[in-house]
Amino acid sequence: MLPAALLQTIPQGVDYVRILPELILSVFGIVVMVLDPLVDEEKSQKLLGFIGLGGALAGLLATWYMAQSPGLAFSNMVKVDDFSVFFHFLIIGIAAVVMLSSFEYMAVQRIRAGEYYALILFGTVGMALMSSAVELVLIFIALEISSISTYILTGFRRNEASSSEASLKYFLLGSFATAFFLYGVALMFGATGSTNIDLISQKLQAEPVQLLVFVAMALMFVGLGFKVAAAPFHVWTPDVYEGAPAPVVGLMSTAPKAAAFAVLLRVVFTINAPGRSGLLWVAAALSMTLGNVGALVQSNVKRLLAYSSIAHAGYLLMAFAMTGSGDSIAGISAAMFYTAAYAAMNLGAFAVVSHFANAGERYVTLEDYEGFGRSSPLLAATLTIFLLSLIGIPLTGGFFAKFYVFNAAMKAHLIWLTLVGVINSAIGAYYYLRLIVVMYMRESRKEVPVTAIPLGLGVALAISLVATVYLGILPNRILQFAQHSAQELTPPQPSAISANGEQMPPPAAIPQP
Amino acid sequence: MSTDSWSTYILTFVTFAPLVGALLLLVFPRRDRDIRIFALVFSLLTFLLALHLPVHFHRSVQGFQYEIDRQWISTPDIHYHMALDGISLWLVVLTTFLTPLCVLISWKSVHDRVKEFFILLLILETALIGVFTSLDLFLFYFFWESTLIPMALLIGIFGHERKVYAAVKFFMYTMIASVFMLAAILWLYAHTGSFDFVVIRDQIARGRVPNLPAAAQWLFLGFFLAFAVKVPLFPFHTWLPDAHVEAPTAGSVLLAGVLLKMGTYGMLRFNLGLFPEQARHNAPWIMILALIGIIYGALVAMVQPNMKKLIAYSSVSHLGFVVLGIFSFTQAGLNGAMFVMLAHGVSTGGLFMLAGILHERRHTYEISEFGGLATPMPVYAASYLFIVLASLGLPLLNGFIGEFLVLTGAFQAKPVYGVLAATGVIWSAGYLLWLFQRVFYGKVTKPVNLSMRDMIGFEKAAVWPCAVAALLMGVAPILWLAAIDPAVQAALTPFTQVVSKVVGQ
Repeated sequence: MLPAALLQTIPQGVDYVRILPELILSVFGIVVMVLDPLVDEEKSQKLLGFIGLGGALAGLLATWYMAQSPGLAFSNMVKVDDFSVFFHFLIIGIAAVVMLSSFEYMAVQRIRAGEYYALILFGTVGMALMSSAVELVLIFIALEISSISTYILTGFRRNEASSSEASLKYFLLGSFATAFFLYGVALMFGATGSTNIDLISQKLQAEPVQLLVFVAMALMFVGLGFKVAAAPFHVWTPDVYEGAPAPVVGLMSTAPKAAAFAVLLRVVFTINAPGRSGLLWVAAALSMTLGNVGALVQSNVKRLLAYSSIAHAGYLLMAFAMTGSGDSIAGISAAMFYTAAYAAMNLGAFAVVSHFANAGERYVTLEDYEGFGRSSPLLAATLTIFLLSLIGIPLTGGFFAKFYVFNAAMKAHLIWLTLVGVINSAIGAYYYLRLIVVMYMRESRKEVPVTAIPLGLGVALAISLVATVYLGILPNRILQFAQHSAQELTPPQPSAISANGEQMPPPAAIPQP
Repeated sequence: MSTDSWSTYILTFVTFAPLVGALLLLVFPRRDRDIRIFALVFSLLTFLLALHLPVHFHRSVQGFQYEIDRQWISTPDIHYHMALDGISLWLVVLTTFLTPLCVLISWKSVHDRVKEFFILLLILETALIGVFTSLDLFLFYFFWESTLIPMALLIGIFGHERKVYAAVKFFMYTMIASVFMLAAILWLYAHTGSFDFVVIRDQIARGRVPNLPAAAQWLFLGFFLAFAVKVPLFPFHTWLPDAHVEAPTAGSVLLAGVLLKMGTYGMLRFNLGLFPEQARHNAPWIMILALIGIIYGALVAMVQPNMKKLIAYSSVSHLGFVVLGIFSFTQAGLNGAMFVMLAHGVSTGGLFMLAGILHERRHTYEISEFGGLATPMPVYAASYLFIVLASLGLPLLNGFIGEFLVLTGAFQAKPVYGVLAATGVIWSAGYLLWLFQRVFYGKVTKPVNLSMRDMIGFEKAAVWPCAVAALLMGVAPILWLAAIDPAVQAALTPFTQVVSKVVGQ
């Protein structure tokens, strides 16, 4: 007979249900890897792609099943709540769309498909796990799983020097950043004696906060800030996005970001460490400004979208900056909505870009897009809708995403940050608009071949488009779901929020005329 | 359908009918003639639907009518709240009146990408109507921004030589200005918990909004900047001549006819409605800017060698009258401002169509290229003269009524302003008549002009309704003012005290 304490640590059946999506994705990933050498190259493209896609769909189903049994698993390391379910759906959905849009790309670029799909699946496992882990060490492991797959995926255009360069650069800087995160975790353990987020939070409420906690938070933020490409940890982004295969950029500008934001949300809003809102304020303002200003002068569409993703990380961080003041539910739900809307529109944009780029990614400059509106009106119109959504024009998801974030910041009386945000979104309009202008208002000077839209890409585009427009017209359901999960995330004792001694400036801080 | 539900849903029908048309056009086969007919039918249908509004409008009622208020999004509390009062009523009718004319005037002149053109035109119409009908600040902002894209694309795709520059300039100017309005709207929501215009207005009037005194001036300016760029008020007018010169004719007509009125409508509705205190406080410098706009616009118009630029600067001048009227806070001034908005929409719309007809034949807007056109094109010359007279404010035509009322209001508020503004009327007679003389009188200077065709059926069908409307508005302004007057009175309620003081001096 085992001692009772030991019995408790043995995982129960329900524990496995709570990581079912991750398990299923891993199994499918292994199947893809095993099958890869067994089928001949011609067939492998399609077959492995479909298996990968099937894995993602099964993962979505498993997420639904997992959602039926919320709770903690594996000695409080994994937590299934609405919050993690939301991000599971989002991340696995992104993976599915990316695989759909990769079918054609892999064939055109003549890349062997096997590991590609397997790596996407494994990466997805890591990202999904990041959203449900409530143990800092497990978060770190999940972060590594997802990062290592993306490092390899970045270098997948093996014959291109820029791709290898991107991969190496991403790997070196990325490892450095994750080391920072780990260091932060270690310090947090030193300060509180725990690596469990809930325990840390309780501990911090009970005792006076040490200096070490500040440092730990800051170091963890460095690691996560790198992953979400927030300034000042954004420098890698343009080069890596330019070198990586276009569908992979679509993936890594959305899914790992969503996962990192999920962790950041959990960490920032659950652990009530003071001082973090100032940090986030600066990061948000910097990311928005540097991203938008940098994008103004780009002539490569992939670089342009890279800078745009930095800017969007900044908008998203605005929702974080209001932690510790009043209504944190508005901030969390705004951030969650933003990740979803951003994923939809950015994936769509990159799907078009990767189709247009053609073999060897030859056509990626603004000049190549001249006359695109005439040569393939449907694809151009689709890209236009995604770009309008990135600008934040009404009837698109991007509009409500920005709106909720600005609204949350305004509610927290962050008037200056809101102003920085709205001015930035006006600046941002310029470079997206430039692409639209080039597509519709210039005649083409170059011969750019027009290829028919294959089925996989068509479905991927349709999904992104429907999601973008749906979020732009009826944002309610997603937002309510986000709010509901935000309630679970916020600390149970509301008094703790005001007790941390960190008050936002009162509303009267508006400058006197 | 019962009358009750009609009056609830009529605004929804009017607003979204063009959008439905645009969506149907999307799946329409690319047969250009059918597309044109389809667009015409849909825009006429919208106009007929919109005519329901003034016919069943209760003129004596001050408040909003045809109200519909449904929750759209629960958090934040955004409503689908639409209604009309005497201020917005006629602007909606004006929009729906001008759109079919735009379809007609583009019948022959747009040959390329016909389908896209009419889709954009119909989407633009929906957005424009939405701006005037929404009472939820969020919904308003939503439609306000939605007008940008179709208009910028109309200019950028279907415009003339420097179209891209003009489209981007137009877009950036208005976009940057309107984000300040968004910030102000968000502030209001954060402090009142509502986007509803009526709710916010009442809360402000009762002094229930925390921290308002400190912020009100900034909020006022946030709204005002967005509107001033749209009007455009001097010195924010520089995008207008570029946009007009490069825009296709239909684009110019809607730009001058309706888009500019979004700005003045916004001032009247939001700046005066929400912040009466600040409006009064800021009125002096705003009126001076309006005066500068009137005189400067007229003087610059006078020296333009390009017909479309001339008309564009005349718009700057005319819209100056509107702003002057609004910030005079007098019954006459506001009635006049409203009337000038409508009259300017009709007559400047007509002028742009006429300019477009010339461009169609000679591909230039340079006035020096023409001369003596009355000989080859008598019908055209007569129509042109009529619209020119309407625009410069000949009594019995529409321009006169509005300007007269505005000047009355300006005199009541401050006589000097009235005197200065009155010179604007003289200037406008100067540049318009001089334009007419150079283009139509004398001998035909260029042989190529001798063989120019007179107006054809579509063009007559597009221009003459404007002439008829101009005459009707000039002869029986009461038809319009009867609905405007009570709404203006309501808008002025917070100012009545002030006005009596000013008049008493």
